[in-house]
Formats: sequence, structure tokens, C-alpha cells
Amino acid sequence: MATSDKLIQVRDLKKYYNDGAIKALDGVTVDINKGDVMVVIGPSGGGKSTFLRSLNLLEQPTSGQIIFEGVDITRKKDDNGKKLDIDLHRQKMGMVFQHFNLFPHKTILQNMTLAPMKVKGLPQAEAEAKAMELLGRVGLADRAGAYPIQLSGGQKQRVAIVRALAMEPDVMLFDEPTSALDPEMVGEVLDVMRTLANSGMTMVVVTHEMGFAREVGNRVLFMSEGKLVEEGAPDTLFNHPQSPRLQDFLSKVL
Amino acid sequence: MNFITIGQNILKLTAKYWDKFLITGLGYTLALAAITVVVGAVLGSLIALMRMSKIPPLRWIATVYTEIIRGTPMLLQLYVFYFGLPQLIPFLNRKQFLCVAIALVCNSAAYVSEIIRSGIQAVDIGQTEAARSLGMSQRLTMTEIILPQAIKNILPALGNEFIMIVKDTSLASTFFIGDLMTQSLLIRGKTYLTMEPLIMVAVIYFVVTFLLSKLLAVFERRLRRGDIR
Repeated sequence: MATSDKLIQVRDLKKYYNDGAIKALDGVTVDINKGDVMVVIGPSGGGKSTFLRSLNLLEQPTSGQIIFEGVDITRKKDDNGKKLDIDLHRQKMGMVFQHFNLFPHKTILQNMTLAPMKVKGLPQAEAEAKAMELLGRVGLADRAGAYPIQLSGGQKQRVAIVRALAMEPDVMLFDEPTSALDPEMVGEVLDVMRTLANSGMTMVVVTHEMGFAREVGNRVLFMSEGKLVEEGAPDTLFNHPQSPRLQDFLSKVL
Repeated sequence: MNFITIGQNILKLTAKYWDKFLITGLGYTLALAAITVVVGAVLGSLIALMRMSKIPPLRWIATVYTEIIRGTPMLLQLYVFYFGLPQLIPFLNRKQFLCVAIALVCNSAAYVSEIIRSGIQAVDIGQTEAARSLGMSQRLTMTEIILPQAIKNILPALGNEFIMIVKDTSLASTFFIGDLMTQSLLIRGKTYLTMEPLIMVAVIYFVVTFLLSKLLAVFERRLRRGDIR
């Protein structure tokens, strides 16, 4: 596979706490290709979220490289001594959080237009048109003037997804996007994510939704104790798990 | 104690000393409080920024400052500033009002900085993460996302602090700088009456702080509008 197909290359990524007493990430190496829908599964505390949050440097890794679109974003300066502007790279990596993290003091429309206008300098009319189009896609155009508190959990998460999409990212990172939702709202969020995956968006999804992993993911990573234990296509991984730890995990969640 | 006599005395004293003592005293008190509130808030914001700074020495200085101010009595601070400042800065010689005002400002700034810092840090970390993940800079995140939300945490506590300041200016009477409390002492000296002047200024203090708290309640209600379903 050509290098240009590799969107994110993760090299020996480590994240230690307390001088190495706690190893949240213990040497993870993986390539994320354009168009991948990579689902990360594993037990709680296994490093899934830390891995995902390291990709856009919300967590500062202890060591290792993250090469995003050819640039090692873990380096503070490049070879010419130019300082790395992480904000620039984060614009290209949308992120969706477990607890939505919509801005409560702004309307849904303002939530969506803020970054495109202030960061990318888009004119208001253009940003709003784009936001309305995206809101329409997730069936929430009529809630544009509402405040986040007026929305249900599922609606909030759909807004959070399109808020990230409004920046036109090259990859979308999902950190347990359905874990804080009431069961009857999980479906509507997964539907949006499925549609997004079908549109060709590169996605990295940390989730406990095994059905989604199986059906939508093209690659599944199993992480445990900070290590990437097993990786493969969903069918292979779920039906023929190799490692005892994955077998044990699947026997509990399936 | 004869309440009827006291009541009659208060009416008489009020009529006699209204403009000369009470209005003057209220003027000094409000001026002192206004200076303390405004300059204290500005200075307090700066100290709060220093305490949250990435540069360790700035953090240390701000922390030591707030801890010293919070850990020593205000009356003592007033004495130190009143006698120490003119020695340090000759310009302030015999400018008692200014010395006391500076002491109050320095005291208030420490408390305000704690109010602001805790208000900012009380905003969910997820808000920062969401903003940064959208590519927003640290500054933009602060001005667009964190501060507008922190204001709602800060304002009620800041209102309390302002009301405290109005009352704390009474300590300035230790140095007879003309505030309400000073005036009550002066009236006592002229008339040999103790309770009457105290009750008179007590009423004035109460009215001022009560109006202030009502005013702040209006502000708070306005800020909460976004939270209502």
C-alpha cells in the first residue's frame, strides 16, 4: 500500500503516569489508512481512550510518534526549527466525546459555526449555510436556534458529530460516543455514524457496541493493558479470536 | 437603655449631622469601596491569570501573595500599609486615604483572584477539550468558551466579596480617614452618645449592602437566561 494512503501512522506510542508506574499506553504501533473505519475495543482501563485522545494530542504521549498526513505532530519543532501549530492539525481531526461537550451558552447553530468562523475565518453566512445543511442531514435543522440543554442526549450527540464535521476534517475520532446515552437513543447516533462511514470518512471509534464494530468497522483493534493485543477484520476477530485475553473479553461481552 | 430616648436622639442627630457627617461619610465609604472593587477586580484577575500560568515563577509569586493576604488579619494589613507605604514611597507621605485604599485593594485582589480562579477551573474540562479539538487556540477557547461560562460561577461569589468590601471599609476608621464609621466616632465624641451614632451608620451600611445585593441578583438572573428550558 502506498504511503499516501496512510492517514495516521502511530509508532511505538507510550503514555506513562507516575514515572512509568502506570502504563496507560505501552508501545502501540498501527497505521490508520484513508477510508478506514477502525473500531477499538477492549476492557475498561485498557488504554483505548488514551490511545484515541493521543491522536490529536489531547493527551501528551510520553514517547513515540504520531505521523498525521506526513507530519510528526509529537515533535514540537520541525527540521527547520519551525514551531508545530497543533491547532492547524486538530482542525483536520474531528472529535466526538462521550459527554457531548456542546457549548451550553451557545445555540446549536452557534456551536456549529463558532470554529469555522473564528478558526477558519469563514464568513457567517457561509458557515451558517454549511451548518444548516449538516443539521438537516441529521434531522435537526428545526433545532438550530435551541440551546443544548433543550436537546435529548441523542440529539446532543448528533449535533456534536456535525459540529466536528463542520470543520471538514480528514478523520473523525469517536470516544465512546454512545456510552452516556439512554439505550433508546443509541440507535439514532449509530445510524449517523454508519451513514458517515458509508460516505467514506476515515473514522477511529472507541466503543462497547460490538454490533457496530462488527457491522460497520473494516478493522477492529483489541487493546488491553495499554497494548495492542490483536487486530483484524471484524469477522476474523470476533469469530476466531487468537489471544486468550480477547477470547476471555469476548466471552464476557458477546 | 431607654429606647424612646434613643429613638428621639437618633432623629435629632440625623437632622443635625445629616449632610456634614453622614453624607460625607457615605461618600468616603463608597469611594473607598468603589476603588477597592474596581482596582481589586483588575488586579485580582491578573493574579488569577498568574496562578494558572504555565510559567512556574509567576505561579509561585501569585500563590505566595494570596496565601499571605488570606492568612493574616486585615486590620494588621491596614496597619502595615498605613505605616509602611509612606516609608517605602515618599509620595504617599500623609496621604492616609490612598494608603488605606491601597491596603484594601491588595487585600481584595487576593480574594477576587481566588474567586476567579475557582470559577474558571469549575468549568468542565470537556469544554476545553471540545474547543481545542475543533482547532481553537488556547486564547480563543478562553475568551469564547471558558470565560462566558465561568462568569456564572464567578458573579455570585464576586457580589458577596463586593458587599464584604463595603463593610470592610469600616476598618479604615481606625485611621480616621472620614468614612461612615469614622463619622460615627466623631459624632460620639461631640455628643457623648454611644448607641445612637452606631445605629445610624448601621442603618446606612445595611441599606447600601441590601441595595447592592438586590442589584447583583438582577445581574445573575440575566446571566441565567441561557440555562432556562
